Amino acid sequence: MLSDPESYAVVVRDLEKRFGSFVAVNRISLQVKAGEIFGFLGPNGAGKSTTIRMLCGLLTPTAGTGTVAGFDIRQQAERIKAHIGYMSQKFSLYDDLTVEENIDFYSGIYRIPDGKKAARKEWVIQMAGLVQHRTSRTAVLSGGWKQRLALGCAILHEPPIIFLDEPTSGVDPISRRSFWDLIYTLAGEGVTVFVTTHYMEEAEYCDRLGLVYRGELIAAGSPDELKTHFMQDDIVEVLCEQPQEALSVLGTVAGVKEVALFGKGLHVVVERQAADVIGAIQSRLAERNFAVSRAERIVPSLEDVFVSLIEARDRQEQPQAEVAG
Amino acid sequence: MRERITRMLIKEFIQILRDPRMRTVIFVMPLVQTLVFGYAVTTDVTDIPTALFDLDNSRASRELAAQFSGSGYFDVVAYIDREEAARHLLDRGAVKAVLRMNKGFGDALRAGRTAPLQVIVDGTDSNTAAIVLNYAGQIAGRFSEAVLQTRVVRATGEPATPARVIVETRAWFNENLESRNFYVPGVIVLIVTLVTLMLSSMAVVREKEIGTIEQIMVTPISQAEFILGKTLPFALIGFADVALVTVMAAYWFDVPVRGSLLLLIGATTLYLMSTLGIGLLISTISRTQQQAMMSAFFFYFPAMLLSGFVFPIANMPEGVQWLTYLNPLRYFLVIIRGIFLKGVGPELLWPQMAALLILGTVTLWVASKRFQKTSI
Repeated sequence: MLSDPESYAVVVRDLEKRFGSFVAVNRISLQVKAGEIFGFLGPNGAGKSTTIRMLCGLLTPTAGTGTVAGFDIRQQAERIKAHIGYMSQKFSLYDDLTVEENIDFYSGIYRIPDGKKAARKEWVIQMAGLVQHRTSRTAVLSGGWKQRLALGCAILHEPPIIFLDEPTSGVDPISRRSFWDLIYTLAGEGVTVFVTTHYMEEAEYCDRLGLVYRGELIAAGSPDELKTHFMQDDIVEVLCEQPQEALSVLGTVAGVKEVALFGKGLHVVVERQAADVIGAIQSRLAERNFAVSRAERIVPSLEDVFVSLIEARDRQEQPQAEVAG
Repeated sequence: MRERITRMLIKEFIQILRDPRMRTVIFVMPLVQTLVFGYAVTTDVTDIPTALFDLDNSRASRELAAQFSGSGYFDVVAYIDREEAARHLLDRGAVKAVLRMNKGFGDALRAGRTAPLQVIVDGTDSNTAAIVLNYAGQIAGRFSEAVLQTRVVRATGEPATPARVIVETRAWFNENLESRNFYVPGVIVLIVTLVTLMLSSMAVVREKEIGTIEQIMVTPISQAEFILGKTLPFALIGFADVALVTVMAAYWFDVPVRGSLLLLIGATTLYLMSTLGIGLLISTISRTQQQAMMSAFFFYFPAMLLSGFVFPIANMPEGVQWLTYLNPLRYFLVIIRGIFLKGVGPELLWPQMAALLILGTVTLWVASKRFQKTSI
């Protein structure tokens, strides 16, 4: 499996982190290829940040092994730090320093060679669009600017791997879009990007995804693989009038497992084997006088996949919990 | 190594000097404290407000009263003729002492009998009261001697020449026994301790609380570089404060500076190791700035009280005296007073300097052990 470690930027096996009796990260194993955009997707509190902090050498794992940029996460944490850029969830540059002072500070800490300092600084300022605000204190900048400046300071030393922990939380949609353009540019230059998010539409931008739930990696693969391999059920999209009322009507149709509001319509989770379930849905809605404009099998969205995987996991755990309790 | 530490230094200085509260702590507080200790805090007792309760009103009683008010120590502010009035004035705190001479005071002296002078003092502040009684005893003693001389001259026509001991006092190092000379050099110790302790105890925890520390911890900066970057700026500020207070003491308050300034700088360096080590330790242990501030004061107040700054260590219970050996302030105070007032050098101060070196090394070592770039 690890025949060619060179081609992997991140490799971890059975990574575990416990805080007292609480298991924040439960035996996660994953590999990230060099040059890949790897998305770490999961709800808040699933253990995404804890994992990323262990990979960056900020936190010692309780158990498990791993390498980042070829260095061991337990023994060589300090060597890893020279080869990665990290941007935490919370803005963590100095609010009381100006844009230039923050860049100069990190440029000195990363010991950028003197010949390159000016060029790297200009690059960050241009990239972040802060030409007009060089001497402004960071505190007064808007969210999008702060986020790009933070990214700039984190990659001043041009690391081959960057870790971004929910980089776009609290940022407006336009800034979020241009931030992802930036990530694509970096990935195009061969940089490996490890990014956590809980936005489904952002997950679609990634080359590969890992789905985390309650500290466990419950699925991994490209967005397309997740949509096709990991769904045991089909999704039928139903567009009709008064979808809210229709929701309660459809729950009892044979072969229907779940009904959920999705945009203007409904997503109905149906058993793959069920015969003519679409017909059954249509006739049930006709009986109750709902005007149906569309009822078709669709390729599931990532959200469908994620919800279905989480529910499968919960169903699996419940009986165990009852026995244990 | 140099580049990273320089960058840390610049950053810390920008942050400190941009914060108006910090500027006040660093520059205004030393000035205010020096002025307070130079002018206001004095244990010299003069101009004691006094009430005169003279029931005799004879020549002798008036003469004695004049001796009291002429001494400079007693300031007669009230003349009373009833005992209740004395009680009332003392209760209110309007006077600190009452001089009472009963009817027949002058007659008794003339007849060669013992004449009582009653001195009532407000004993609330036991130190001051003892000093007041001491002054009163001296004045009364001189008065008795004068009375005796007059009687001898009148009887024999010649002054008496009895054999007796005369006490000739000389105070060394602080010739006029001015409490300013004792306290102002001590202020250096207080200021340097307070400023460097506060700044360094905030240093790491502030970044922890705001979250900026995470971004530094993920860079390849070494632990030593980070710790130096978080202590050197405050050491420099400590030196600046020593210089500020020394200049004020010497040129404003005329406190003698008899020893070597080089020794002052050397001893300050040793002392700063301890305060910065303790501050850094507090900073790495605390979770919030508030917690760090509380811990810093929790150290500062007992350390100051048990340093000998105000209360002599020799007067403390033995157990407490042993405890003071762990107190870096104690050693620095001896060194500072030695340099300022006595002008002594390292040949006498080396034990104190050695103690500071040991305490400083231990605290810095413990603090850097506690601080880890990777948390568990």
